[in-house]
Amino acid sequence: MMKGGVIMDVVTPDQARIAEDAGACAVMALERVPADIRRDGGVARMSDPEMIEGIKAAVRIPVMAKARIGHFVEAQILEALGVDFVDESEVLTPADETHHIDKFAFTVPFVCGATNLGEALRRISEGACMIRSMGEAGTGNIVEAVRHLRSILGDIRRVTQADSAELFDWAKKLQAPLPLVQEIAETGRFPVPIFCAGGIATPADAALAMQLGAEAVFVGSGIFKSDPSTVALRAKAIVEATTHFRDPHILAKVSRGLGAPMTGIGMDEINQRYAERGW
Amino acid sequence: MPPVIGVLALQGAFAAHAESLRRCGASTSEVRTPGDLAAVDALVMPGGESSTMSQLLESSGLFTAVAARISKGMAVLGTCAGMILLASEVLDGRSDQRSFSTLDISVRRNAFGRQIDSFEASIDTPEGPFHGVFIRAPRIERVGPGVDILGSLDGEPVLVRRGNVLAASFHPELAGDDRLHGYFVSVVSPGDVPDGHHRAGAGPAGAAVDTRERKREG
Repeated sequence: MMKGGVIMDVVTPDQARIAEDAGACAVMALERVPADIRRDGGVARMSDPEMIEGIKAAVRIPVMAKARIGHFVEAQILEALGVDFVDESEVLTPADETHHIDKFAFTVPFVCGATNLGEALRRISEGACMIRSMGEAGTGNIVEAVRHLRSILGDIRRVTQADSAELFDWAKKLQAPLPLVQEIAETGRFPVPIFCAGGIATPADAALAMQLGAEAVFVGSGIFKSDPSTVALRAKAIVEATTHFRDPHILAKVSRGLGAPMTGIGMDEINQRYAERGW
Repeated sequence: MPPVIGVLALQGAFAAHAESLRRCGASTSEVRTPGDLAAVDALVMPGGESSTMSQLLESSGLFTAVAARISKGMAVLGTCAGMILLASEVLDGRSDQRSFSTLDISVRRNAFGRQIDSFEASIDTPEGPFHGVFIRAPRIERVGPGVDILGSLDGEPVLVRRGNVLAASFHPELAGDDRLHGYFVSVVSPGDVPDGHHRAGAGPAGAAVDTRERKREG
């Protein structure tokens, strides 16, 4: 039941409580927010179970945690810990350069990132229950998430307009299973919820994602890498903006006095594009 | 003018509720502000995170407005988190979590477990079995006088009613069975909607979608 809500990255129980107080509908428990993973370099892995358990004990809202792409043992551990969702995430260093996790082998539901419709449908065919745009995590720059959302949602609209013969070609072009392509054409909608992630830093960014057609938003570095004195206020403002995403007067009101957002990074300044991970 | 049923759209499964209501012939409208509420005749409070919804009810000014409308007799259907909002007593909630205290019931938040413990089961109702989808569901631990039990699971109440206020601990909007929504529409517009006329099965594709959604939704 996360539609219309905000899922916030947190690295400590205190941050988890701030997120819950602000109205987050879930938290993502991880050791470092993507901006720090980007800064530190090296190999990024699943978080310490103790840290995840600390966050689980701190809040009553659902807790998600990240496993590396293809690292099914990390996912098994997260399932054993009783997390509510596993994010098979490109933000961590991939463990397998060919295969994603067979998510049907798990009871815990999975969310996966995607940059286009074909990638999104391949993740569903592996058992993902929720898709998010990849965006470019840790940049505070919404441009890639917008690109991914427009690509996925635009192609969904085009598939719903295609005739039955054209669907075979769509499946081929998308490198996606034909039955899923046909299902979109028949039902006029994507089979699972689509959320936005990667680069959301302001209430306006969250509302932009929602107006483009995302059904909920993930905010990673955007909250706890912004002005520390107004972190709680910014978190709350992003929750308000995600609910009232079509009301510019409310958006104007909640965008006031939030202090400095995270500085952010331009796409030409980064040397590692996480969104290129995933196959 | 046929009545308009509002769906509280602060966070959660509001879109699926609106679709079910429309299949039952109702006009629907999303409610996010007191102004939106003024334009509707009844309200559905969906599942979602009750703490998130409770905070957004406060900040939007809707808490007071909804409480006033309920006290004047507005029909309400609350499901999952929506049921928590209607309960007179919330156990295991946040200390600052507010509810409308419309139904004299005690509910325990997430009492059926975490996401991974979500399940589907057949509910006994006077209208026959109903497919219940339970996701991080609250449990009704006490039912006060004047509250009727309309549905139960293994002898435990999961669907209750007092007058035109209905509450379910499960997600009827994900069941592919619109009878409960049809019933609510008939409560809102008595005489307009023949009873038991609204069974709408989701097609095979819809059922497949639901299966994936159930595993995911929380």
